[in-house]
Amino acid sequence: MSEFTFLFRGRDTSASPEQMQKTTQKWVAWFKELGEKGHIKDPGHPLEAAGKVVMGKQKTVHDGPYAEAKDIVGGFTLIEARDLSQAVELSKGCPILEVGGSVEVRPIQILNM
Amino acid sequence: MVAALTRVFGVHNIALAEDVVQDAFCRAMEVWKFRGIPENPSAWLMATAKNRAIDVLRRQRTARTSAPELGRLLESEWTLAPVVDELFAPNAIKDDLLRMMFSCCHPRLSEEAQVALILHILCGFSVGEIASAFVSGHTAIEKRIQRAKKVLAGSKRLFDVTLPADFSARLPAVHRVLYLLFNEGYHGASAESAVRAQLCHEAMRLAAILLEHPRGATSTTYALSALMCLNAARLPARVDASGNLTSLFDQDRLLWDRKLVLEGLKLLELSASGSELTAYHVEAALASVHATAPRTEDTNWATIVSLYDTLMTIHPSPIVALNRAIAVAQHEGPERGLEEINAIEDRKRLSAYPFYSAALGELELRRGRHETAREHFRAALALARNPMERRYLGRRMNACERDDSQHVGFYEEFQNRPLAFESCLEGVHRS
Repeated sequence: MSEFTFLFRGRDTSASPEQMQKTTQKWVAWFKELGEKGHIKDPGHPLEAAGKVVMGKQKTVHDGPYAEAKDIVGGFTLIEARDLSQAVELSKGCPILEVGGSVEVRPIQILNM
Repeated sequence: MVAALTRVFGVHNIALAEDVVQDAFCRAMEVWKFRGIPENPSAWLMATAKNRAIDVLRRQRTARTSAPELGRLLESEWTLAPVVDELFAPNAIKDDLLRMMFSCCHPRLSEEAQVALILHILCGFSVGEIASAFVSGHTAIEKRIQRAKKVLAGSKRLFDVTLPADFSARLPAVHRVLYLLFNEGYHGASAESAVRAQLCHEAMRLAAILLEHPRGATSTTYALSALMCLNAARLPARVDASGNLTSLFDQDRLLWDRKLVLEGLKLLELSASGSELTAYHVEAALASVHATAPRTEDTNWATIVSLYDTLMTIHPSPIVALNRAIAVAQHEGPERGLEEINAIEDRKRLSAYPFYSAALGELELRRGRHETAREHFRAALALARNPMERRYLGRRMNACERDDSQHVGFYEEFQNRPLAFESCLEGVHRS
């Protein structure tokens, strides 16, 4: 098994409390399924929207990230899968896709010594 | 939670309290996606809201904008967290709920506004849910709640439940609002809108909180709670699988919630102390007569009539008189019932009430006057206020075609809520 990161983008901030609850339940169900099949290395965390960006040699500190809501990474998860194709297949069940969000699937570079 | 936070931030900062609760909710929803829903979600939410409140207070640093009586305690870093902790303690929260309940029954607010405010702040109903429960527009409800909150924010502080005179003065208003809330849920309970049965349960929950307070546990509060339990006991049998109203006669009594019946009877006993006798007491007694009859045939109609006699002395109205007439019909036959109906003072006030015509229809049907009965039901149908009533009255009209005088179902709709139907007599549409 190899490791992958899911990076989630596109949090839906306009939802009503009832919708939010339903969405959370969908995520819980999705994670449960992945977990039962042994694909969850670490469920990860959501990320606060506001933070800082430190840049360059000057180490300047900006408020950020400044990007469109759909581009900001809202959370991450660590996944175990056979290969990239399987990881991609697994990501298709993510509820964020239903609200127009996206899942970036990146293999974790591991050096096998 | 909003109640507790309003205590922390002050009643004029109710919006801030709501924001903190909303924020805590959103955060919880995000985190639970990844880490799973905790075993005790409300404890989690409570803790999150509390921490957020502490953050806000720290940032604000001007406790003068918070509740005046807590001012200095919240300004100091030493006492800030412990004070907020204490405000979130279970007993404090119950007090806050009571305080908020009384505050919402502000004399400057209409009863509908009071009910909407309680649903929104105390029961956590969204504007959409309240709108669908009241069969009203989203914007109308939103405006009503906004205006009500302004009135609330205008008072310097939340209602002080420790002042006996003020407490007793406002208690009747609180009773009335809880009654209206229950009635809204009961009368509207249908398969299509589960939220309406929820209203009954919310009313019962708030009445129970009122009972826990030494000054709130009056004979009338017991009576009100009793009548809620005894009527709510019938909810499971009230609407059949297809969403049709089932009359008291036809309900499968095995579906009645026995625990609620027993609870209601117990509360009725407790309400019998002292000399208070209100319409709530009588309504509770009426409900208990039905609740304790194993079958419709076993109902003691004589007792029902005499209870209505009593109700007529406390709260005379054409609706109560109509209900009494129907009970007389049950006890002494349709002719006597019709006599009583015709003897009702200012019965023209009943002309907009569909169940007035329906009552005439039922009694004529029992006398075998099918044509006359059908005309009455036709008139009733024209006045029906929602699909469920239309279906019910339509079926009664059809029953006149066949010789269906045996089917005597209609009592359910009449015998309850004599007080709340006042508004329909004045032509005020319930919105």
